[in-house]
Formats: sequence, structure tokens, C-alpha cells
Amino acid sequence: MQAMSVQRNKIHPHKYSLWIAMGSITMMFIGFTSAYVVKRAQANWFTFQLPVIFWISTAIILSSSFTVQMAVKQFKNRHMQRYKQLITLTAVLGVAFAVCQWIGFMQMNAMGLPLNGPASVSFIYVIVSVHLLHVLGGVVALLIMFGRAFRTRIRTYSPVPIEVAATYWHFVDALWIYLLIFLSIAR
Amino acid sequence: MSNEATLHSQQEVMHGAAAHGHGHDDHEHHHEGGFISKYVFSMDHKTIAKQFLITGILWAIVGAFFSVLFRLQLGFPDTSFPWLESILGHWAKGGHISPEAYYALVTMHGTILVFFVLTAGLSGTFSNLLIPLQVGARDMASPFMNMLSYWFFFMASCVMMTSLFVQTGPASGGWTAYPPLSALGDASIGSKIGMDLWLTSMALFVVSQLLGGLNYISTILNMRTKGMSMTKMPLTIWSFFFTAVLGVLSFPVLLSGFILLLFDRHAGTSFYLSELFVAGKALSNEGGSAILYQHLFWFLGHPEVYIIILPAMGMVSEILAVNARKPIFGYLAMVGSMFAIAILAFLVWAHHMFVTGLNPFLGAFFVLLTLLIAVPSAIKVFNWITTIWKGNIRFTPGMLFSIGFVSTFISGGLTGIWLGNSSIDIHLHDTYFVIAHFHIVMGVSAFFGTFAGVYHWFPKMFGRFLNNTLSYIHFWITLIGAYLIFWPMHYEGMAGMPRRYYDYSNWESFKQFGDLNHFISIVVIIVFAAQLMFVFNFFYSIFKGRKLTTTNPWNSTTLEWTTPINPGHGNWPGEIPEVYRWPYDYSKDGKDFIPQTVPLSPDEEAAGGH
Repeated sequence: MQAMSVQRNKIHPHKYSLWIAMGSITMMFIGFTSAYVVKRAQANWFTFQLPVIFWISTAIILSSSFTVQMAVKQFKNRHMQRYKQLITLTAVLGVAFAVCQWIGFMQMNAMGLPLNGPASVSFIYVIVSVHLLHVLGGVVALLIMFGRAFRTRIRTYSPVPIEVAATYWHFVDALWIYLLIFLSIAR
Repeated sequence: MSNEATLHSQQEVMHGAAAHGHGHDDHEHHHEGGFISKYVFSMDHKTIAKQFLITGILWAIVGAFFSVLFRLQLGFPDTSFPWLESILGHWAKGGHISPEAYYALVTMHGTILVFFVLTAGLSGTFSNLLIPLQVGARDMASPFMNMLSYWFFFMASCVMMTSLFVQTGPASGGWTAYPPLSALGDASIGSKIGMDLWLTSMALFVVSQLLGGLNYISTILNMRTKGMSMTKMPLTIWSFFFTAVLGVLSFPVLLSGFILLLFDRHAGTSFYLSELFVAGKALSNEGGSAILYQHLFWFLGHPEVYIIILPAMGMVSEILAVNARKPIFGYLAMVGSMFAIAILAFLVWAHHMFVTGLNPFLGAFFVLLTLLIAVPSAIKVFNWITTIWKGNIRFTPGMLFSIGFVSTFISGGLTGIWLGNSSIDIHLHDTYFVIAHFHIVMGVSAFFGTFAGVYHWFPKMFGRFLNNTLSYIHFWITLIGAYLIFWPMHYEGMAGMPRRYYDYSNWESFKQFGDLNHFISIVVIIVFAAQLMFVFNFFYSIFKGRKLTTTNPWNSTTLEWTTPINPGHGNWPGEIPEVYRWPYDYSKDGKDFIPQTVPLSPDEEAAGGH
């Protein structure tokens, strides 16, 4: 058999797939928020204040977007030590975000707003925890990056994986901002 | 992972292979290495397509067999079939299917056919097989994700299959799984563990569809060979593209609906539940809305029917042109109408909900948008007919099924205009008229498209032909049988006979249909036997069918026939062919056909080419 020629690609297929995946995830949250809007228009909608800690977690995830972007830059400049520190920091901030969300749930529960309370309360738990799962997915991706960075047998110099991970990270960040604004306004 | 690195994105490796050759040996080693990586955990899109097809066929047998079982109840309500008790046990005591079993069979028939056969089995098979082959790509954008897509489908299949064997039976609240029946374990025995397994399986299924859809879209948009502009793509690829877009945008919304349903089932939330009494006891849930679920479900559910029919439309367009030896009529109109269908798919979901207390003013908009779908559909039908008009038709089995598709799509589509009108729908809603409508336009038509595709591309998949005699018998029994089964149901529906009832013989109004139901059930058994014959033909021909002697058995213009008879992973040895013209140059300039890889002649250049 003859050797095969090169496959042409206009844009890296993994990056492209990520963009479509982000569209798909967005649709899922549009589904949730549309359900929220429909339910809110019906009788007996219960309103309450969101826990303040959700704003702290917002600050955390915003800062993690900066750290992951700096990590991409350090990777491209081959400052591998800085790169490893920055993705570790980003993953830690991701976990801190998760902890804050969890504390938020505990506070809501303590305020007499349990998961099986009014639908407006249940929605917060469901939407926030499904978003949290997506953040944790990003943390797992960063841990894989971290493992790769310490590999000695195979070294990779392609920035594509970290770029894909960073884009996803910005996406879950932006998604959270959207959800927080939505949940604050459409109370 | 190593396959992916070698074959795909990592151009450097491929480049190395092309430049040196020893890199190539290494690459071969990865692919043809062992049985497991070649046939089981394969990342070759052609193998994954076969996996989807064979899994789909197995599911189709199960799903169709279920319909035979419940048709026995409907056609012979007073007859006892002792063999039923031996296979179904206490679900068919005394040879009569129990009401619980009947509802489980109906529900699983719908779930299996809609999702596992006509979504995964149809677009999973042909998108995987044809996208890389027809756009000129080595494989999918991410072969690894593509493999995951199949294995998620496989896991979904295992969970669904398991649910058939649990003590309380599988889900039995209808394939739409409306709450509160699906949300309360105490509501029926099918709402217990069977419903949880159903939801788990469907969640895995959604993941499978999303992984597949991502790949289809990014492959079509990014990995077309040189010269393959979007308007030079075969209509099959356009249809798979729109199908994937619909799936990627609508399945996540279904998942949202299922997640809320799971919370209602297990966390005591009240998204869909309110003011309910079960077994005389009031439930604490309040404030929920069952209609909310219907909105979320049908926001997927309606695009879903186009996910089922669009691939069939694309394949039929291609097969009609090839076998009429004529260019497709109105290529851009075909693309435009598929685009219109894809857009309208998201704007008509509430026509499934006219009788839920939907605001009639709002309903009027959904009526209008629904009736608008008739426009692109009619354009497509017109173009199919004008494509074969005065064509030099070869009646291959694939061609017959394609013509059958056009026939059933017309007869089923016309009744859609009735049902799309809310005022008529109020009378016909949930009657056999609806059953007849969607089985003909979506079920039978999509099956005809699938069969057309299998007969047409079987030589590409296995390097052999299916047996022709059996194919023709299969076609005629299926076509005549489909009309004999579903045509009479229109009359039953117009008389108001509701769907999903266990036994109609107690109703004075529906007793008159006893003989008709009897007749339908007998035809169902005959048609089912004909499908088993097809399955035999399929598996027999994989091993014993007549072998292909040329690479292009149908004298077709598209790229998949420029590959070797049994292409390896990577599809084309050497260079990927370059494309110069659109895929429908049939009977042009005195030539029977001109493949896409033939450069334009000076005359054609002067005329502006295609």
C-alpha cells in the first residue's frame, strides 16, 4: 500500500468540536432557564435572596480565567515551571469555586430553602449543580494537562490541548456569569 | 489514542508517514494490529458505521417483534396464545398479554424504534460511513470521540435491554414519558425501576448522539478535500449536516427535561408535580407543572422527527439521481428546503400540545408555522419526481426503496396538513389517525430510506452485493404491507378510536373495527417475516454475497466509489482525490456519468462549470 497524504484541516478539529460542544451545553442551560421562565410565569412563584457566597465564587472563577490564560501564554513561551504552577492554581481555584457553591447550598438549606422546597428554590439547586459538574469536568481536564506536563517519556509541544482546555474554562466561567445574572434578575 | 494521533489531527505524523515510509509501517501496525482494535474498539469510521448498523438491526428486530406481540392483543383480543405465556411468563397469564405488559410493549416499541433504530441505527450508520468517504477525509475529526459515541450507544442499549428483564418491567408510560405517570414510582409498576433505567439509558443515548453530532459537523465543515466546496457536496452530506445540527441543539434540552424529571422522582422536588393523589393519599408536591415537561420534551421531540427523516431524504436524493442517470433536479432548492425544515423544526413543537390547554391564540401561530413545513416538503417531493421524470431508470433494490420512500412520504405528509390544524387536531388527537400519520411519514419512510441506503451502500461496506431476488420480495411485501397496515388506521382514527387502549371490543363505537384490527395484525405478522428475511439476506450476504468486481458498481460520481473495494483505515491509499465538479454530472455531454474527480473540460470552463 502506498503512503497516505496529509489530511487538510482549516482549523484544528478538536478546537472546532469544542465550539460546537459549547453550543450544545449552552442549549442545555437555555432549556433550564426557559423552563425557569415558563414556571415563573405561573401562579405562586416564590421569591428569595440568593446567598451572598455565590458572588464570592464568581470572583474566584473570574480570577481563574486569568490564571488559565496566563498558563497558555507560559506554555507557548516554554516556561514550563510557571505553566505547571498556573494550571495547578487554576485547578485549585476551580475546586474553591465548587466548595463555595456547596457552602451556598448549605446556607440555603439552613435558611429553610431545601431542595424539595418551592420550584424556584429547586431550580437554583439543579441549575447550579449541573453547572458545577461542568466546572469539575474542566478541573479533570486540567489535571490531565498537569499529568502530561510531568510526563518524561513523551513530550508534547502542541499548544492545542491547553488551548482547548482554556477555552472551555472561559466558557464555564461565562456560563456562570450568565446564570448568576439571570437568576438575580429573573427572581 | 495513538490511532487518533497518527491518523488525524497530528499532521506531523502523517507527514512523516508520507515522507519516509517507515513511519507508515508503524502506523499500519496500530490499525491492523489486533482483532480488538480492528473490530471491537475500532476508531475507523467505516467499522463504527457497521457497529451502529448491526446494533440497530438487532434493536429493530426486538422493537418490531414487540409490535407483533401487541398487535396480537389488538387483533385477537379473545384468543389465547399459550406460547406467549412460555416466553413472557406472568406477563401473559393464560396466553393473554396483561394490560401492564401491553403498555410496556407499546412504550418500548416507540422508544426502541424512534431512538435506537431510526436515530442511532440510521444516522449513526450512514453519517459515519458516508461523511468521510463522500467529503474526502481520512476519518472523522476525532475518531476517538467517534468510538466513544458508539460505546455510549452500546451502554445505553445494555441499560435499556436490562430494563426489559427487571421484575416490575420496563418503562410503560409511553415513549414520551410524560409526568406524573413517569415521575411517581407508585403510579404504575412500569414507573418504578424500569423508568429509572429508561432515563439512565436515554441520558447515555443523548451523550452518544452529542459526541457523534459534534464529529459530523466538524468533519463536514473542516475536513473536506481540495475543491469540495459546500455546494459540491452530495445531498447526503447536506442532510447529515442538518441532522447533526438539529441533534446537537435539541438533545441537550431533552436532557434538561430528564434531569428535572429525575429530581422529581428522587429528590422530592416539584417541577412537574402538583396536587396529586396516589392510591387515595395526597402527595406533598405542589406548584409543579406537567405541561412544562411537554414543552421541554417536544422542543427535542419535534426536531427528533426531522433527525429521523432528513438522512433518509438525503440518501434518497442521491440514490434517485444515480439510478435515474440524471442530475438531481434543483440542487440548491433541495439544500434550501432542508435548511428551512431544520429552522422550522424548532418553531413547531407546540403542535403536539394543542389539547393541553394551550392558549388558542398561541396555537394559531404554531398552526401557521406547522403548515409552512408543507412548502419545503413539497419542493423536495417535486424535485424527487422531476429527477426521475424521463430518467433512464435502473430499478435496483435501492432505487425501488427510494421511490417507495417518496410514495410514503407523500401519503404520510398529506395527513400532516390535517393534524397541523388545531381545530381538526382536537378531534383527531391521540387517535389512530395520528398513529397512521406518523408511522407512514416518519416510521415507514425512514425505514425505506434506511433500506435504500443499505442496499445501495452495502457493496461499499462489505465488498459484496445483497441477494437481488430476496431484495425485490422484501420491497414489495414491505411496501404493500405498510399501506395495508396503516391506511385502514386513518378510518379508525376518524371514527375517534383512541390510541394506546388495551382492548376495543368493549366499546360499542369501536366494535365495528374488530375485523379490521384482525386483518391489520395478520399483515403485521407477514411484514415482520419479510423483515426477518431481509435480516437473513443481510448477514448471509456479508459472508456469501456476490463479490464486487469493480470499485464503482453503480457508476456513481461520488468519492466513496474512488476508494478500493475494501478500503483500509484512511480510505484512500496515496493522495486524497481532488474534486472539480458537483456530484450530479449524469448523462452530460454524451457521457453516462462524470466522476467528481474529473477536471472540467475547456468547454465546461467556458460555460462556467458547476
